[in-house]
Amino acid sequence: MFPTPIEKTSGKTQVAYKIALPIALLIWLLPLLAVALTSIRSAGDITAGNYWGWPTSFNFLENYTAIFENTPIGKYILNSFRVTIPTVIGAVALSCMTGFALAVYKFKANLIIFFMFVAGNFVPFQILMVPVRDLTLSLGLYNTVWGLALFHIAFQTGFCTLFMRNFIKAMPYELIEAARVEGVSEVRIFWYVVLPLMKPAIAALSVLVFTFIWNDYFWATVLTQGSDTQPITAGLNSLNGQWVAAWHLVSAGSIVAALPPVLMFFLMQKHFISGLTLGAVK
Amino acid sequence: MSTYWKKNQQKLAPWLFLAPGIFMFAVYVIIPIFQSVNISFYAWDGLGEAKYVGMRNYVEMIDDEAFFTSLKNNVIWLLLYMLAIPAGLFVALFLNQTVRGIRIYKSLFFFPFVISQVVVGLVFTWFYDPSFGILNILLMSIGFEPIAVLADEDFATYGIIAAGLWPQTAYCMILYLTGLNAVDPEQIEAARLDNAKGFKMLWYVILPQLKPATFIALVVTIIGALRSFDLISIMTAGGPWGSTRVLAFYMYEQAFSEYGFRMGYGAAIAVVLFAIMMVYIAGFLYKMYRDEKGS
Amino acid sequence: MFHRTKTLVAALAASTMLSSALFAGELVINTDTSDPAPKAAFEALIAGFEAENPDVSVTWNLFDHEGYKTSIRNFLTADAPDVANWYAGNRMLPYVNAGLFEPVDDVWDDNGLRDSLASAEGSMTIDGQIWGVPYTYYQWGVYYRKDIFEANGIAVPANWDDFLAAGETLKAAGVTPITIGTKFLWTAGGVFDYLNLRTNGYEFHMALTKGEIAWTDDRVRATMENWKTLIDAGFWIENHAAYSWQEALAPMVQGDAAMYVMGNFAVAPLREAGLTDDQLGFFQFPVINPDVPLAEEAPTDTLHIPSNAKNKEDARRFLAYVARADVQTQINETLGQLPINSGSSVGDDKFLQAGYEMLSTTDGGIAQFFDRDAPAEMAKAGMEGFQEFMVNPDRLDTILERLEKARGRIYQ
Repeated sequence: MFPTPIEKTSGKTQVAYKIALPIALLIWLLPLLAVALTSIRSAGDITAGNYWGWPTSFNFLENYTAIFENTPIGKYILNSFRVTIPTVIGAVALSCMTGFALAVYKFKANLIIFFMFVAGNFVPFQILMVPVRDLTLSLGLYNTVWGLALFHIAFQTGFCTLFMRNFIKAMPYELIEAARVEGVSEVRIFWYVVLPLMKPAIAALSVLVFTFIWNDYFWATVLTQGSDTQPITAGLNSLNGQWVAAWHLVSAGSIVAALPPVLMFFLMQKHFISGLTLGAVK
Repeated sequence: MSTYWKKNQQKLAPWLFLAPGIFMFAVYVIIPIFQSVNISFYAWDGLGEAKYVGMRNYVEMIDDEAFFTSLKNNVIWLLLYMLAIPAGLFVALFLNQTVRGIRIYKSLFFFPFVISQVVVGLVFTWFYDPSFGILNILLMSIGFEPIAVLADEDFATYGIIAAGLWPQTAYCMILYLTGLNAVDPEQIEAARLDNAKGFKMLWYVILPQLKPATFIALVVTIIGALRSFDLISIMTAGGPWGSTRVLAFYMYEQAFSEYGFRMGYGAAIAVVLFAIMMVYIAGFLYKMYRDEKGS
Repeated sequence: MFHRTKTLVAALAASTMLSSALFAGELVINTDTSDPAPKAAFEALIAGFEAENPDVSVTWNLFDHEGYKTSIRNFLTADAPDVANWYAGNRMLPYVNAGLFEPVDDVWDDNGLRDSLASAEGSMTIDGQIWGVPYTYYQWGVYYRKDIFEANGIAVPANWDDFLAAGETLKAAGVTPITIGTKFLWTAGGVFDYLNLRTNGYEFHMALTKGEIAWTDDRVRATMENWKTLIDAGFWIENHAAYSWQEALAPMVQGDAAMYVMGNFAVAPLREAGLTDDQLGFFQFPVINPDVPLAEEAPTDTLHIPSNAKNKEDARRFLAYVARADVQTQINETLGQLPINSGSSVGDDKFLQAGYEMLSTTDGGIAQFFDRDAPAEMAKAGMEGFQEFMVNPDRLDTILERLEKARGRIYQ
């Protein structure tokens, strides 16, 4: 194991390491602590420039209830779920199929189609912005949860296809051959043979896509307006007033908004990491 | 009909499975790319009629100071964002021990990647605040003059990149932690017997085995650098006087922002950004192609 | 894709005429008045209208303030409401040019608005037609720390020399004369407006923002020279490009700065941060050129009828209602701003009173603010130039040339 396992080093190094760890963590998470600190300040504090000092008043309860009472943050969070969950289901479903097709079957266009999905995943959003907005408008889906979800489903299919295809490719082909010999139809092979084995990949991908979509800011601002449809990332900005930015409320709101993906991450760490690191290990 | 299907399933099935995915992808990704290229040949305010202007948008770009500033900043982003990779490696090495609670430490170190970039930008803005920010409090306590990082056209971009490195390093850290887990212990033992230590061990034994992780880190970091939008929007709004603009943000400013009613010009900027990305995409695809052919 | 928009507009216009009979009685209003005070004001406004017009039922769509600026581009073409709020001046231009606003000259003529709303008629007119009804505006000027002035024996400056002298005294006392935050650019636009209005007057300023005067003109240079005097005298706080207007309040709250060229909305947060009305005061931006009549900035909020609206008849009634003196008094009481109608009365607050007096005695003209008087693109280029100039005044020539180049391209 590299670096040298700490048990094998001198006692002094061990102690030094054990002290260094929490200090390093504190420094690393300092910005987050700042957000948390700001979320319990009063507005007057912020106007007076007291960003890092001891708060003049502790408004934990006021701020966190204010965001639910005075702002539609509850709606925004609900909208985030309304966009994220269909996207996860849609993108994963589509990519199970496309991944299966590209991994199992040999045909001439296979690699090209695969590369199309991969390339599309890396495309900068700006090149899509105007046409997608227009398309969503003319479909009558502008400023609807489904308008946003449909775009995400389509776009995430790129990354998800890459993921699933590589995963299925790593599966033993003999299973499929055996099923074919038995005369099982292709559709049933997909449904009864391959899909059950994909459960870990589906879990990993779901968690990843959930986090990506939940944290998406760009498309939320382009395709949705107003508290009936906007997810929390875009909605956070609206916690600010017309003239005066209510940073204490925005901080409180962003902590609340960060909770679902963070919870997801802690609960499903294994899957999360395996998803992100696909291909990082031979 | 069903016998035709039964006989030809293996040939037809892939298309059946691919159809919905390809359809969605074509409608929302592939076709829009061509549409954007088309729009870039028009002058359109997004409200009324669009006027065909041919290459005029591109010609204008060549004379556009802001465009070249954006291009320059994109290059700076590309180069400096790479720092996330060695930084991620360093943190991963630091955490690659089995003391008690290390799993919690690893999770917490990964945290920055999970929160919204808007929040990251906000906090770093306060960090850099010329009067009240921690950076300047520290500088003043050791006798230096405060630097208004985000107000200085020479420093602002670097300040924003530093903010972006925080979540990006967390991502690279996880990639390397996973990679380190898979490093062959026998090779390490063998190298130890040969008295390899520290940096030499890292360079000659470990890093080669981390190649896949490094490759993914590279790709993701490059894409992240070229995509950077949120941080610039929230930290400087492209300022001071447009000196932190990048192509992604400039396009948004021209086409969608409060003062931007130039869809055609914005599309032209997007096309240029896309062309730059295509270089990397093509490189990535080429490597994938070689891997595929190899295996 | 683009031609679709035009056919869509035509189709909607045709169907509007057929279906207007069906839609009488339902009024759809879109606004961005999402802050507590404006929201309450509109609630009362709509309730009052419905009470007087029981045959009309109002559906009110409230948008977030920032999001509205993008939403409006979309809902004016597809799914237009009957009434929408927006801003006066060249801010209306893109929509007027695209034929998305309905001219309302008839509402003005039928209700005597050319008299009662006279001060705002200019800012509501484009190409000889009037495009909406204004319902509120607020003053701009210099907000200052009365206590710091008094402690240093400084009287309210009425002219340029007094202003410069006041700054000197403040600097000697270790106080930065003026605070400003230019990160989001518009604050620098406000300073330019006042300096230009005082140096060259309202007519010149309007012509400049209309693109009729070169940015390299000597008179523009004169304005910039005056600005440079302030910069060289160290009037502005350091590093203002790193601050939003709000973050720049902090020095004023802490007593490190004494003045702020700002709009009246700055008063509320200053009060919230702990400043009392004894510490806070307001004065009109000082005279620079005594031959130039004093003009003021008073950004105006307005209501419009989209040309794709379904119920234009009731929309016109709503606009007429909003223009009334008593209605404007009521709205502005809640908003804490100033009514346009010359027959309305103003709240008790000392800042409102000062603003009202100043604006109703203004014979020099009322400007809408740089980013509403100049078309969007020119406004952006201009404000960026101003910000750069404030930090690097030696770059004046390059900046003015760049603005002139932009003018050539934008005003075609």
